[in-house]
Amino acid sequence: MSNGEELGLFSLVISSGLLITGLLFFIAGSVGMLRFPDSFSRLHAVTKADSLGLGSVIAGLMFYCNWWQNLLMLLIWLLVLASGTVSCQLLARFCKTKQDQP
Amino acid sequence: MSLLLFDILLCGLLLALALASMLSRQLSHAVILYIAFGLLMALCWARLAAPDLALAEAAIGAGLTGALCFTALARQGQLALSPVLSWQQRCWPALFVVVTFCGLLLALLQLPAQPGPLPALVVQNLTASGVSHPVTAVLLNYRSWDTLLELLVLLLALIGTLQISPAAVLHRSWGLSRSWSRLLAPLIILLAGYLLWAGASQPGGAFQAGALLAAGAVVLKLNQQLDWLAWRNIWVRFFAVAGLTVFTLSVLTVFFLAEAGSEPLWLRWPPELAKYIILLIEVFATLAIAIILTLLVVAEQPQTALSLARADKTEDIDG
Amino acid sequence: MAELSHPLLLFLVTAATLVAIGVYGFICGPEPLRRVVALNIISAGVFMLMVVLAYRSNGPGAAYFTADPVLHALVLTGLVVAVSATAFALALLARLGQATAPLPTEQETEQETEQETEQETGQ
Repeated sequence: MSNGEELGLFSLVISSGLLITGLLFFIAGSVGMLRFPDSFSRLHAVTKADSLGLGSVIAGLMFYCNWWQNLLMLLIWLLVLASGTVSCQLLARFCKTKQDQP
Repeated sequence: MSLLLFDILLCGLLLALALASMLSRQLSHAVILYIAFGLLMALCWARLAAPDLALAEAAIGAGLTGALCFTALARQGQLALSPVLSWQQRCWPALFVVVTFCGLLLALLQLPAQPGPLPALVVQNLTASGVSHPVTAVLLNYRSWDTLLELLVLLLALIGTLQISPAAVLHRSWGLSRSWSRLLAPLIILLAGYLLWAGASQPGGAFQAGALLAAGAVVLKLNQQLDWLAWRNIWVRFFAVAGLTVFTLSVLTVFFLAEAGSEPLWLRWPPELAKYIILLIEVFATLAIAIILTLLVVAEQPQTALSLARADKTEDIDG
Repeated sequence: MAELSHPLLLFLVTAATLVAIGVYGFICGPEPLRRVVALNIISAGVFMLMVVLAYRSNGPGAAYFTADPVLHALVLTGLVVAVSATAFALALLARLGQATAPLPTEQETEQETEQETEQETGQ
């Protein structure tokens, strides 16, 4: 694993930019989850943070690791993406059925 | 410096989640906050150089406990807000807790900063234990007594739960979650097998593999898969008890066969055979732990005379 | 233990505070389910204390990085026992809820009436 000092300036800027973008997505998602009025918009906020935020954090971290660790991180991202989508869909359906039968 | 910042953030989050879980007025919020707390605990174990615990906690704290608590919530039915406690009702317990906390902290700060002789002993005798991962060596060789009794405790908890738990409230599952759980199943089996095998030399072992398998099986059971995984199945009963039985049998075998040599000792493996005995016990312990934990979380009433007599009443109450 | 490094002191204080929060919740929690959660938080604090004690063996003089495996094994056993105890407690809780639930209004069959009188006398 190489240190940040060994990276070129260009890759350092790109990876920092990606990491900061990911963090901004996470912050926006958390604020949305706390502030939005109903379950559907909250789900919307959280899944954006999950998929895009985690994706760009992982893309930013990829500059620091070797190919094996990168592959593992990519797999983790795909798993989180899929399970996040499934659980979001399930939660939304649950909220819908609860809304329909008061 | 950045690590200290991470530590402060982690500890602060843990404390905030625990406090919010205890003080929130809605029980469902308390349970959800507690599940988030369990996830952060796994991170905390990883930070404190305990990867074995992090693996187990990720499957247990975040997976199984969550399913348990949500089942309990669903059984409570329609929930009212918790009653507001008066000033005095809050103040006196808080005072008591603060006094206890100060005493606890004082006592903890008296502890010596140097560890006892045990870690050095574990590392010294690692070659004779049959495995090269110290935690597995402690669990299945030096202190295998603990593991044996733990399997017994698990079995007792399962028997007790099967006796008293009311019939499970099963809901129809959606096709999406069913197919997703089916997709996850081979991945979980692969990971559990890897964890079990890696336990000899790396973090991993019977407990983590069993907990992971149980978490996967619970997801499948909640989606109405794995119909055979119930207490009525004789093979399930066999494997639930087999962990304890194989352990006891191997202890007895070693005890009686070792009589020719030096003085026989309880729960002491001969170094040249230790590797195989530990592997045998671990395989059966993994299956037993997985089955018992699964049945503990999605407990199904066995069809006894008592439960059949109770069935009609349950239906009425559940509406 | 004054010569401990700062992060360990931080985690030690966190563990003690977790125990304190759990005890407070256990005393003040109005619902039984919340008390079970409180017990779990207390056990998390205790486990954390043990893991911190296991971590302290990594002093500057240590040859290589190992935490105390005995304590780790104990906590690992404790985690699994804690979840089984929680499951048992929640099963008891469910039975308690069933036993104290409001009685159904229809009293059609004899058997039901019998059971209800049993339940009433049980209360």
